[in-house]
Amino acid sequence: MDDLLSEFLTETNENLSVLDVELVRLEQNPNNPELLSNIFRLVHTIKGTCGFLGLPRLEKVAHASENVLGKFRDGELTINPEAVSLILQALDTIKSLLAVLEATEAEPPGDDLPLIERLNLCAEGKLGGPAPVVAAAPPPTAPAVAAAESRPATLDELEALWNSIPGPNDPPPAPAVPASTAMVARAPEPVEEPVHSQDLVVPDAEPVAAKMPAPVAPAASGGHAGGADAGAEAATKESAVAAQTIRVNVDLLENLMTMVSELVLTRNQLLQILRSQKESEFAAPLQRLNHVTSELQEGVMKTRMQPIGNAWAKLPRLVRDLAHELNKKIDLQMLGADTELDRQVLELIKDPLTHMVRNSADHGLEIPAERLKSGKTETGRITLNAYHEGGHIIIEIQDDGRGLAIDRIKQKAIQNGMASEGELASMTDQQIIQFIMKPGFSTAAKVTNVSGRGVGMDVVKTNIEKIGGTIEIKSAQGKGSTFVIKIPLTLAIVSALIVECAGERFAIPQISVVELVRAASDSEHTIERLKGTPVLRLRNRLLPLVSLQQLLRLDDSEDAKKPADETFIVVTQVGTYTFGIMVDRVFDTEEIVVKPVAPILRHIEMFSGNTILGDGSVIMILDPNGIASATGEMAMGEAAGKETTAVQTQRQEDKMALLLFRAGHGAPKAVPLSLVARLEDVDLATVELSNGLPVVQYRGKLMPLVPIDPNFVVASEGRQPVLVFADGDRSMGLIVDEIVDIVEEKLNVQLAAERPGLMGSAIIAGKATEVIDAGFYLTQAYKDWFGSAQEGFEEEKLQRVLLVDDSPFFRNLLTPLLSVAGYDVTAVENAGDALALCEAGEDFDVIVSDIEMPGMSGFDFAEAVRHGSRWHRIPMVALSSHASARDLDRGRIAGFNDYVAKFDRDALLFALQQTLTDQKGAA
Amino acid sequence: MSNAKLPSTVRKSKGDDIVVSGNQDFVTMTIADQMFGIPVLQVQDVLGHQRITRIPLAPPEVAGSLNLRGRIVTAIDVRLRLGLTGRPKDKPGMSIVVDLRGELYSLMVDSVGEVLSLTKEDFERNPATLDPRWREVSTGIYRLNGQLMVVLDVPRLLNFTTIETA
Repeated sequence: MDDLLSEFLTETNENLSVLDVELVRLEQNPNNPELLSNIFRLVHTIKGTCGFLGLPRLEKVAHASENVLGKFRDGELTINPEAVSLILQALDTIKSLLAVLEATEAEPPGDDLPLIERLNLCAEGKLGGPAPVVAAAPPPTAPAVAAAESRPATLDELEALWNSIPGPNDPPPAPAVPASTAMVARAPEPVEEPVHSQDLVVPDAEPVAAKMPAPVAPAASGGHAGGADAGAEAATKESAVAAQTIRVNVDLLENLMTMVSELVLTRNQLLQILRSQKESEFAAPLQRLNHVTSELQEGVMKTRMQPIGNAWAKLPRLVRDLAHELNKKIDLQMLGADTELDRQVLELIKDPLTHMVRNSADHGLEIPAERLKSGKTETGRITLNAYHEGGHIIIEIQDDGRGLAIDRIKQKAIQNGMASEGELASMTDQQIIQFIMKPGFSTAAKVTNVSGRGVGMDVVKTNIEKIGGTIEIKSAQGKGSTFVIKIPLTLAIVSALIVECAGERFAIPQISVVELVRAASDSEHTIERLKGTPVLRLRNRLLPLVSLQQLLRLDDSEDAKKPADETFIVVTQVGTYTFGIMVDRVFDTEEIVVKPVAPILRHIEMFSGNTILGDGSVIMILDPNGIASATGEMAMGEAAGKETTAVQTQRQEDKMALLLFRAGHGAPKAVPLSLVARLEDVDLATVELSNGLPVVQYRGKLMPLVPIDPNFVVASEGRQPVLVFADGDRSMGLIVDEIVDIVEEKLNVQLAAERPGLMGSAIIAGKATEVIDAGFYLTQAYKDWFGSAQEGFEEEKLQRVLLVDDSPFFRNLLTPLLSVAGYDVTAVENAGDALALCEAGEDFDVIVSDIEMPGMSGFDFAEAVRHGSRWHRIPMVALSSHASARDLDRGRIAGFNDYVAKFDRDALLFALQQTLTDQKGAA
Repeated sequence: MSNAKLPSTVRKSKGDDIVVSGNQDFVTMTIADQMFGIPVLQVQDVLGHQRITRIPLAPPEVAGSLNLRGRIVTAIDVRLRLGLTGRPKDKPGMSIVVDLRGELYSLMVDSVGEVLSLTKEDFERNPATLDPRWREVSTGIYRLNGQLMVVLDVPRLLNFTTIETA
């Protein structure tokens, strides 16, 4: 069954059971507004979701019921038992429709006009007298009919159906079945008014009759009993499904997992103790404990496992739409969809996967004409393949398109100042491909709304590395490209290699370790040095080496016993970059539970966490990614190395990469590195004067040069460092005296500056530093820079959306919808959580809020936001299926900028876009 | 997905607000012959000498981490935090474990004394002339018989950003 549908069924069934109870309570306390609004909200949610999923019949019934409840709520109608029965009846109808929906994945045909009419009458206050029970009969019959109709019924099924319908002489089985659903309990009711119900049954029952000539008479005459029985069957089936699965809070599972992880650790400790004792009476029970723990661990892990197909579910649709949009023919093949992995991991790779498939469809595959020309079939193929391999999950995303265009990547790398032509010439294709993982790198010729925004593969890479995974790219020009993602099965327990360096032990995640090499004077491998840099000859390749001791600044004064001529090299792979970590000793591998390090240590990039070993000691876990980036991942030349590290650090969240330089007199100056496109060394002899201002020919264009110090006189010869700011095809050079360093610091401007061109002063690298306002100098070069510059920068940033909705179903539905539309979505379940985020200092571009929520309603939330909260200027969009003029007004008064019908996807996306553009225009 | 960003129930740490009123109980300790106190409610454990794993690249005040009944505790050398010289190697020392926002920290001191119940009449703000490093991590001074006790403010003591920029 479709995921959405089954989720909808689960949620709606839950809501319905709540409603049953609440309605009965309401009948007893008709004056409880809280109860009423809760009921109203639940019905409203059902209606909304039905609308969204395109289930008109259900929606109509829910809508009519909601109208009646709305009148109750507004005090226009008084609550009386008749009306409550009517609502309950409507709920029963919904239930029976759901039963059919569950069985056939489609709504039964027909409508519920009599019921809806009565509901409408009731809403108008015209309902009087005891209710003739009308509608109970048709829905129960519907399942049988629909089941027979919508599937090519096999003989067996018909047989079963026939058997389930009792003959005229059978006693009605309903009373005998001790099923507890309301439907069965209600079944005898129609007997009081047999004429009504039979009228309704006959036309519906005809198809059954036609297919089963024999039971015409019994079916017609035993209509109630048969219907009731079918209903009862459905009910038992439903409860059987319910008994098989229970919903458990994810937190509970997480907790359980943590506890089991601890248990595993304790067991490991015990086993270690046991190993050191030859004869122990504990041996047997410990062995038993060992087994039980392993099984328990496996069992708990299984509860968290989900098939990877869940993350793929939305891809076929995505690819179909893309194919349509891009005029390509794409065939998406998904292999190994039932490969299971931890749900936490699954959540984290969902977005990267979607992104990569999108990339393959957009950049990878050619248009049909081009494919035919190169002798391929018209239809391009994207293959997703997932499988287990030694404690890891491998996911391959393969396309048979044009492959990565090495030349274009080179070109782009030069253009972005990531490498010079000379450096590129000495690189292998494999190394050049790595550039697409760098921030701000996109080779798409034009920016489509599909991809090419320049945020992409680097985010994918970061996300995958975050969960301890690796990503590898293989590409063959004209034949296609393959992305191979390797991720651990679970995040909770990893296998790690324990090494020792300068007397301290460290753990290296096994996933990154390729092999171990012993280097000693007497072995075939020896460490050689190139200008002090250690390298190792390994199978005719030079392997760069990293000394852990130097990297971690460990002093080995305490450790004298280390054999000086023996070193172990842990050959480590990060992406396609392989390097060796030099350690003193290598111990065993151990299963460890990764625990985050204390907040005060989070800034140390070399560690991904810490853990407690079997012997009870604490050990730090090395992060191969951190080590790789600290040592220059690309292993490029010295000059470029500086730039790469800068580019890599750019994505640090709290800290900011700052370029320190000197210009004019006074304190050193700094500018956020992300604003600087390139660092250039300009030969002053090439500086010309244009319109009285110094310019230089730069990449076929004129680039104005602006000095920091207005009194600065450009010398006529020598070289001068220049910071190049670029936007689109314009660039500007800021003349400085000397580029000092690139540092990463929290930018905390402490003294605001009076002088134009300065943002203020901050402590950077231990010195008072003036932070320059790049914008000021940009406008000096081009008066109109800012308008276009701002646009350029904002394009790169995802718009952040805060989604407030109490229904998990809606949250799950809207979050991916909005994510695909290019928003960064944060979803919370109530207004309180949203306000907590506000206090926590989160910022959003737009807030989308439901109106009907338990606790604080959307209106109250909007008022709270508008009056005195930090967010009072953020545009808000209300989301409700209640879009009457009165509600609209109320929403505006409360502070919403727009009001959108809940089940209209396009309207929502449009409203978001509109609101954001309005906001931008106003700002 | 974004559910991960949900604000989890933030456990309000006991150490966040210190009310200086009425009688308060303090765990006393000695560092370089000076008496210090921490409100008893913030103290989780008192430990003897522990095996500590050094953490490379960590700030110097971070002595390392240790295993306290399956939980990893970050050990802070209070002497270094207060700008004093490190403890001589031959003295084993003791530790007081405190909880700050769900994380455990072990404060390494020379020795841990008794628990004292003190009235606020004996409390006084920090003298303005006190070493700024001490003033930063202390909420005030108690006048005791024969000696003075400096009250340590745990959140501020563990706030390392102020040291990094200083």
